[in-house]
Amino acid sequence: MKNILFAAALSLPFGGVMAQNLPELNVYTYDSFVTDWGPGPKIKAAFEAECTCTLNFIAAGDGAALLSRLRLEGARSKADIALGLDNSLMEQARALGLFAPLAAPPQELNLPVAWQDDTFMPYDWGYLAFVYDNTRLQDVPDSFTALAASDLDIIIQDPRSSTPGLGLALWVKAAYGDQASGIWADLADNIVTVTKGWSEAYGMFLNGEADMVLSYTTSPAYHLIAEGDNSKSAAAFIEGHYLQIEVAAKLANSPESELADRFLAFITSDAFQSIIPETNWMYPVTDTPLPEGFASLITPKPVSGDLTPSATAKSAVVEEWVAALSQ
Amino acid sequence: MGGRPEPVTRPSKIFGWAALFAVALLVIVPVLALLSKAGTGGGGALFWPAIRFTLLQASLSALISVALAVPLAKALARRRFTGRRLMISLLGAPFILPSIVAVFGLLAIWGRGGVFSDLLAMADLGPLDIYGLKGVLLAHVFFNLPLATRLLLQGWQAVPAEHFRLATQLDLGRPARFRLFDLPILRSTVPTALLLVFMLAMSSFAVALALGGGPKASTIELAIYQALRFEFDLAGAARLAIVQLLIGLTAAALAFRLGRGAVFGGSLHIGYHEESRQIWPRLLDGVVIVAAALFIGLPLLAILLNGLNGLLTGLPPGLFGALKTSLIVALTSTLLALGLVLLLIHLINSVQGGGRIELFVMLLMATSPFVIGTGLFILLNPFVSPFALALPITALVNAALALPLMLRILRPAMQRAERDYGQLADTLGLSGWSRFRWLTWPQIRPELGFATGLAAALSMGDLGVITLFAPPDTQTLPLLMYRLMGSYRMDAAAGVALILLASSFALFYLFDKGGRHA
Repeated sequence: MKNILFAAALSLPFGGVMAQNLPELNVYTYDSFVTDWGPGPKIKAAFEAECTCTLNFIAAGDGAALLSRLRLEGARSKADIALGLDNSLMEQARALGLFAPLAAPPQELNLPVAWQDDTFMPYDWGYLAFVYDNTRLQDVPDSFTALAASDLDIIIQDPRSSTPGLGLALWVKAAYGDQASGIWADLADNIVTVTKGWSEAYGMFLNGEADMVLSYTTSPAYHLIAEGDNSKSAAAFIEGHYLQIEVAAKLANSPESELADRFLAFITSDAFQSIIPETNWMYPVTDTPLPEGFASLITPKPVSGDLTPSATAKSAVVEEWVAALSQ
Repeated sequence: MGGRPEPVTRPSKIFGWAALFAVALLVIVPVLALLSKAGTGGGGALFWPAIRFTLLQASLSALISVALAVPLAKALARRRFTGRRLMISLLGAPFILPSIVAVFGLLAIWGRGGVFSDLLAMADLGPLDIYGLKGVLLAHVFFNLPLATRLLLQGWQAVPAEHFRLATQLDLGRPARFRLFDLPILRSTVPTALLLVFMLAMSSFAVALALGGGPKASTIELAIYQALRFEFDLAGAARLAIVQLLIGLTAAALAFRLGRGAVFGGSLHIGYHEESRQIWPRLLDGVVIVAAALFIGLPLLAILLNGLNGLLTGLPPGLFGALKTSLIVALTSTLLALGLVLLLIHLINSVQGGGRIELFVMLLMATSPFVIGTGLFILLNPFVSPFALALPITALVNAALALPLMLRILRPAMQRAERDYGQLADTLGLSGWSRFRWLTWPQIRPELGFATGLAAALSMGDLGVITLFAPPDTQTLPLLMYRLMGSYRMDAAAGVALILLASSFALFYLFDKGGRHA
């Protein structure tokens, strides 16, 4: 009884919002996108200034959780746009058959690789990298083999529960192919621990639990720009780095199809792209000027390999990872 | 089952069956919903290692937590010192910490960058290495030793003071006292404590992984998460969930078989209070109490200092909204849980085979929040927007997860009340509500306070199902904390963690204290 009353009480404020009579665009995304420091609020303000609409960002955990949310909701999804999938999730997402082709595929994008896709619109990108404290670590490894040979402690994320964790497993696989398993066996004694997600790992690194942590080449920019702290750096690896391209797409069932197209087009505008670097701490996909702190970041090459692996390929890589580290 | 059935009025029994139906809905239906979906099969090569590790760490966590709780509970039961009440209350604190906060608190003390490692570094010794099974056990003992201690303490506190006085007058020796008091108390409390810690440790996932050092420390719960989130293998997740339920069922059946209610008879003065004048037992109790206070207190202190530091940098936006949402959810789920548990106990006491019903309710502890969340989502989505039901569902699921704990805490107390005063109440013709009001309520107040306090605090810190259902502009404190961490705002997240800890603990303290000052 109580919870029915409670549900009724809860639904009142939502009813109030709906009554404004503006068209609404629902964008499903990941958690960190919608926080007050994330891109969400600024992008909402910028888009609403020109769209005569209401833009709702709806957070659904991380990128993988977002995908599983879309799967669960299927054709009944309230989402008009999904924003926050990445290249490692793209093929699984495409296979759902829930997305509509882009009305206007992007022309020239500023990505480190050639890009062609008629469904997914890239909105930012970045490289995975091991981040360290440059006041404490002088002998910085320049490859996975050097890292494995060193006695440095690292914290990584589990590929079974974390997107960067999966990226790392794919990274090693792309760089070493059949020898990946051996690299992991060599790395085993460097790995302090493996966490469920990025937040735990990064927090543990900041608390001094390890010399290096799996994060992004752009992480030092956060510390530099937001905290005025230049003690964090990312290690450049000669194998090349795993490239993460984050994408958005329109749901085929969206009742606001035209508005959704406008939002997807808005992604490559300066208004959207200039917000990205200092809120999502990733690179913009256009040649919009970068904030000053980004100049000090390493600019590695992408590792060569399959940018958009299939579900089967990913499962094989994850199983290999588990087996190699369970010895 | 204590003696003759209570006089039960028919309507309350119907509500009892309804409560049981709600439990069944949460234990069975989500699993069936997942099973009905296509899947490729369960967990693959990781299946057996995950089961093995889960059983190993959960059993060891239970054994160590309870073994340490015995001397601690006994020391707390027989000594009186300044701060004793505060310490007993603080025993509730670790249990209600969100796992990630506890991990950071523990690492601040025991980690490579922690206090002890820093001290070792001064002596030119390497840092402590807690990662691996020992780290998992450290965390689970930190979480569960306090809970086990509170459960055992209740056993000693249920013994009438006259008994101890009599034992002193008769000059009974240590072995006789052990046989007369400690043994029956332990027999009535230890199996339950073992069971609850086992169940709680079994469903651990983020903690086991973070401190376990790698995929060797994978639990069934992680395999469920992987199947749901990464492989979208719903049927596979359901099969893993069934394995977890079966393990829980076996553990519960075993504990129920071992457990025996202690019978000490009624008294007006309850409470073990034995100020032995001998120096060695006193000293030993002192050491046990101080060691436990440090073990539990130091990580909490680290969380406190870290959080204050974070709050100094400013309150994150959305804090008060999140606090309000969390409090509403916690209080709603506590009320719901309280109603459900009283109805269930009523039902268990008044039907044949009530023990089986209790066993079934215990299964709620072996359910995976991910499975419940996803299952309910699949069931509801065709009919209503899951967003609209986010908070009621969160409150319901949180209530359900607290039910087994509340049941195991409250039922012995209610049996005791009935045994000691049932006849008197019969003579007075008390039944139904007035029987509850005048007989049961005054007798079970301390346990009721403790149980509702736990339920409220648990619900406050929970991040289980809200993540699946959370509507756009609603967030709870744990959700806010995780989102801050995900945006590099570790300091702000530590501040929110402190607010979360403080408010959960305040709720727990209010209920718990309210109960004890009957």
